Amino acid sequence: MLTLTDVRKTFNPGTINERKALNGVSLSLDDGDFVTIIGGNGAGKSTTLNAIAGVWPVDGGIIEINGKNVVGLPEHKRAAFIGRVFQDPMTGTAATMEIQENLALAKRRGQMRGLRWGITKKEREEYHELLKMLDLGLEDRMTSKVGLLSGGQRQALTLLMATLKKPDILLLDEHTAALDPKTAAKVLELSDKIIEENHLTAMMVTHNMAAAIKHGNRLIMMSNGRIIYDVKGEEKKKLTVDMLLQKFEEASGAKLDNDRMLLSKGDA
Amino acid sequence: MDILLGKLSQFASALPGNVSQGLIWGVLAIGVYITYKILDFADLTVDGSITTGGAVAVVLILHGVPVPVAMICSFLAGCLAGLATGLMNTLLGIPGILASILTQIALYSVNLAVMGQANLPVSVDKFPLFVSQRFTAVANGPQSVIFEMGKIILVVGLLIALLYWFFGTEYGFTIRATGCNANMARAQGINTKKSTLIALVLSNGIVGFAGGILAQYSGNVDVNMGRGAIVIGLAAVIIGDVLGRAIFGKHFNFVARLTFTAIGAIIYFLVLQIVMLTGLPSTFNKLFSAVIVAIFLAVPYIKKTSKNSYRRAARNSAKAKLLGAENSEEEGAVENADAD
Repeated sequence: MLTLTDVRKTFNPGTINERKALNGVSLSLDDGDFVTIIGGNGAGKSTTLNAIAGVWPVDGGIIEINGKNVVGLPEHKRAAFIGRVFQDPMTGTAATMEIQENLALAKRRGQMRGLRWGITKKEREEYHELLKMLDLGLEDRMTSKVGLLSGGQRQALTLLMATLKKPDILLLDEHTAALDPKTAAKVLELSDKIIEENHLTAMMVTHNMAAAIKHGNRLIMMSNGRIIYDVKGEEKKKLTVDMLLQKFEEASGAKLDNDRMLLSKGDA
Repeated sequence: MDILLGKLSQFASALPGNVSQGLIWGVLAIGVYITYKILDFADLTVDGSITTGGAVAVVLILHGVPVPVAMICSFLAGCLAGLATGLMNTLLGIPGILASILTQIALYSVNLAVMGQANLPVSVDKFPLFVSQRFTAVANGPQSVIFEMGKIILVVGLLIALLYWFFGTEYGFTIRATGCNANMARAQGINTKKSTLIALVLSNGIVGFAGGILAQYSGNVDVNMGRGAIVIGLAAVIIGDVLGRAIFGKHFNFVARLTFTAIGAIIYFLVLQIVMLTGLPSTFNKLFSAVIVAIFLAVPYIKKTSKNSYRRAARNSAKAKLLGAENSEEEGAVENADAD
């Protein structure tokens, strides 16, 4: 499904700000895998997702989606295979466009866009039903501008948009980090539901260790641009937050110095 | 009183001419709307591309090319100008505003080369021009005035209808998404460089087309015709926006926005006329444009801050403190009792 082989990226090479963000990341996902990714700040979690999405070209390595090497494809072309939800609720939607127009844009991800109407009557009915499932009352506000929605509503909508046209890979980049705990839990629950119902292959970056353990069938820990721990199946189910912290110290030889991560080890 | 009446009749007799001119600049303003409002791109190419459109139209008409063909060519010439700005921005990474200034300056030379001289007249007596200010003069009688203005209104109406259709299509959606949130657009598979390019081409094409009409209307094309054009275009967009919002509120839809952009241009020329009637010399035209745009840009900001200012907060908090002091004097006894 998705295979990364020795993917490397250095930001600002040759300058005082040079930073090796990805130091040879290799990873192979099976169809239907739901991987959670944890690690300290600057570990390379979001960078890995951005490398897959093609936000910038990588320095080296292979990224294969369904057996096709996509490293040469720019972001908008890779979008044909990838659905994304971002940390900032503002990033995933167009604020000045209507809810239904945002959905119509997402519906055509990876397709040629021509001079047909941007949204059809049949689509409107389809979106009405889909929005009903979110249970946020958005189905009655389809012509409202997305800018009027709350952060949680926008993330739920972005999630729907990312999966409206079934993606080969769904990338969730700390998509609940900017939400209050209750809303975050709701969006996570929705993510689980959508991933399961559509049998999606997904990667989710999170700072919340308990959430990383609870969700998905596989867990990856990153440090200094490398994958330092990879666990799946039954073994993953047995994990606890303390075990993860210990693993981190063992593998990276350092204490996990991320306050935010320690603080959020509690509730899922 | 006599003076006022005189000025009033002067204003009335100039009204059809000013409305017509406003409508032609309204075409330009609709072009500006695409870059400024939809694409969120400060495009100063306009100052050059309007003259390019005018120059191409006049030169072609003088060479015997049919007027409609010349007008289409003025559109295409504008498109090329937009393409230049767009390529500098998307392929060469030059910031939008700078890329457009470069095109604008380059076009000054191009326009002079096309025209061969700084001012090129085209007479409505010799050529079947689309519109001419001669026929919008009141002296020609209402029929002539209505016919001339009707043609321009038709052009504006058709343009609005076309743009309503275009921005409702799948491709139109991509341009709107690019202008609103380029990250989101790319994540949805939109080539934002291409959509930026197309929007700039379309916008400047419309501006060039406006230039072609304006040159025919005024009977000549001048190399300085476009100086400050972007400011007039912005004035129209902003006046129309402020006015439209006040009238329509939430229901200020796309067609209304474009229509009010054209109306904004008419209002601009009417206000300009009124200011000129006070006896201000026409040398102050540009100063006036700048002031108008500054005022209308400032209005939404001042409105917002007047409701949401530190001074107001200080006033409210002083009031609350005063009230609190009065209340606590009364409640003081109760609190003391509780403490026991």
